[in-house]
Amino acid sequence: MTDRPDTLEPELVSPAPTVPAPTAVAPRRRRVGPALSWVFFGLGMVYFALPLIGMFEFSLRKRRGTYSFDAYTSVLSDPQFQATFSYSVVMSLVTIVLGMALVLPAALWVRIRLPAMRPVVEFITLLPLVIPVIVIAFGYLRMFNTSSFLPMTGTATGTNILLAFGYATLALPYMYRAIDNGLRTLDVQTLTEAAQILGAGWFTILFRIMLPNVFTAILSGAFLTFSIVLGEYVFAALLDRPAFGPYMIWTGGNRAYEPAALAVIAFSITWGCMGLIQLAGRLFPHTRASR
Amino acid sequence: MAYLAITHLEKSFGPTRVVKDFSLDVDKGEFISLLGPSGCGKTTVLRLVAGFETPSAGSIHIDGQDVTALHPNQRNIGMVFQSYALFPNLTVAQNVGFGLKVAGMARGEAAARVDEMLRLIGLPELGARYPFQLSGGQQQRVALARALAPRPRVLLLDEPLSALDAKIRVSLRQEIRQIQQQLGITTIFVTHDQEEALSMSDRVVVMNGGIAEQVGVPFDIYNRPATRFVAGFVGTHTAFDAQVTDAAAGEVTLGGTRVHLGQRLAAAQGEIIHLALRPEAAHLGRAEGRETVLSGQIAQVNFMGSIIRVTAMVGEAALTLDMFNRPDTPPPPVGSTVDISVAARDFIVLNAG
Ligand SMILES: Nc1ncnc2c1ncn2[C@@H]1O[C@H](COP(=O)(O)OP(=O)(O)OP(=O)(O)O)[C@@H](O)[C@H]1O
Ligand SMILES: [Mg+2]
Repeated sequence: MTDRPDTLEPELVSPAPTVPAPTAVAPRRRRVGPALSWVFFGLGMVYFALPLIGMFEFSLRKRRGTYSFDAYTSVLSDPQFQATFSYSVVMSLVTIVLGMALVLPAALWVRIRLPAMRPVVEFITLLPLVIPVIVIAFGYLRMFNTSSFLPMTGTATGTNILLAFGYATLALPYMYRAIDNGLRTLDVQTLTEAAQILGAGWFTILFRIMLPNVFTAILSGAFLTFSIVLGEYVFAALLDRPAFGPYMIWTGGNRAYEPAALAVIAFSITWGCMGLIQLAGRLFPHTRASR
Repeated sequence: MAYLAITHLEKSFGPTRVVKDFSLDVDKGEFISLLGPSGCGKTTVLRLVAGFETPSAGSIHIDGQDVTALHPNQRNIGMVFQSYALFPNLTVAQNVGFGLKVAGMARGEAAARVDEMLRLIGLPELGARYPFQLSGGQQQRVALARALAPRPRVLLLDEPLSALDAKIRVSLRQEIRQIQQQLGITTIFVTHDQEEALSMSDRVVVMNGGIAEQVGVPFDIYNRPATRFVAGFVGTHTAFDAQVTDAAAGEVTLGGTRVHLGQRLAAAQGEIIHLALRPEAAHLGRAEGRETVLSGQIAQVNFMGSIIRVTAMVGEAALTLDMFNRPDTPPPPVGSTVDISVAARDFIVLNAG
């Protein structure tokens, strides 16, 4: 989820980022009538929707006396918004490709050849959640500063690459879990053997069998990565790159209505991605098949 | 050299030897079953032939070519898995055409071959479906078509029917056998179901503990089991211990009764040998041509419809015999003493194994 910028309005400092929770609020249908379930669902919706509505309403009040989209026009036409936003979008795409290239073969390999190593690999992928980002960032800075053996921070490109690797690390837990979940529904071992005996090599197995079957899983991993990168602050700030996260923080500290507009925009993007994932699930019916 | 020659194959996983000195020659077009209890190494032998496992020792030749060191994707072998293993993201036609596409066959030619295969398995209409839209039996037939499409040199099937329900299992096994004969493809079929093995195969390999205990045509496997294990695993039998009284003349005593087995025995005078008797070889009451008469006490009567299976205690041995059901002859009551007559040549002399 995208970090919301800090604002001065107390009503806005509410737990908006916890989006997926509403489904958890809806109770399991047992003896409780469906009516009661709907009541709880409605309460949950109100709980999460109210702050959003409040924020949206606030973002429309830039012009005195009437509602307007002035805050949005102001944000969207800000060249800095455009620059930082496109920078972060490109970075997130790079991160997704990098992460997938790393995680998919690794997850497959562990399933096919080293099943005993799965707990170890799972633990390693969890490390970025346990170790604070700031530690990783400082580690990178120490390892790759201008006076190190590999002065990555010496050039903008070098720093961008470093940032992408940092992002990939941050996204690792989500990406690995998404892909591993996707693979769980497949009999990876037998499918691999079936393809091999039909003459297929690793490339064919990866791109014709595994990738299409975990496509929705990859999409959700990619989507999570996208939102993480879009809102990430610490890495970008410490490496001094013009990313969207620092820009949001900066706007939050310096403007009144624009941060709310920004939050609404970020939110719409997030929900749009979710919708796209649902759509993908429909378009590839076989991925829903289960035995 | 045989078309498929498996020579002194060994496989160990760590310290456990799972396949021990396994040799088998399979002729071109032959249908061989590997039959044995769970864990005896059937799948391992099949996976060694496929190339998924590397043998610890021994070699595998197909059509004169040593394939022992080849990768599975270089062996040109077809395989059908117990769990079907169809690619879920591909349609039936794409599944069947997968091997052709990988081999780089031209599009039109491949499409024609896929059609031919789908007709062969009797599902010409289902090319556009996805695997999850098929029944288990249909999925397994598609898996068979997929394995056969690239014209493999050898077809391997690992318990392909065991995930299906009984009716489909029987019809599909006839279908598999018919397709196999039609194409004349050399086939190894793994099963732990003796009826399947006996009814489908040209020859059966009975395995136990990683060893091929006996290789033979179904008729011989059933009627002349070489070892105690084979006699016990294939069909029902009664085991007797008999003492040799005259090895050259083939004379033994069996619970006090003198029996002329009519064959030379490889055992010494006074030695104990093992005999086996099939339920259909024993007859309740005296009968012409069944010169050996044993006395038994009825322990159990199972009415099974067309036949009645009777268990009688003959000395220490629980003798099982089958009698045909006849409305005018009810089975003997439990506890009664009866005569059981056997033709001496129906006793099977087992090796020590
Ligand atoms: N990869 C492996 N690592 C270690 N042991 C194995 C491995 N594969 C098989 N085994 C062992 O080898 C023995 C034979 O296994 P195999 O799968 O060949 O038996 P099977 O005859 O096919 O049995 P089933 O009828 O149950 O399928 C078993 O004891 C099994 O535990
Ligand atoms: Mg097996």
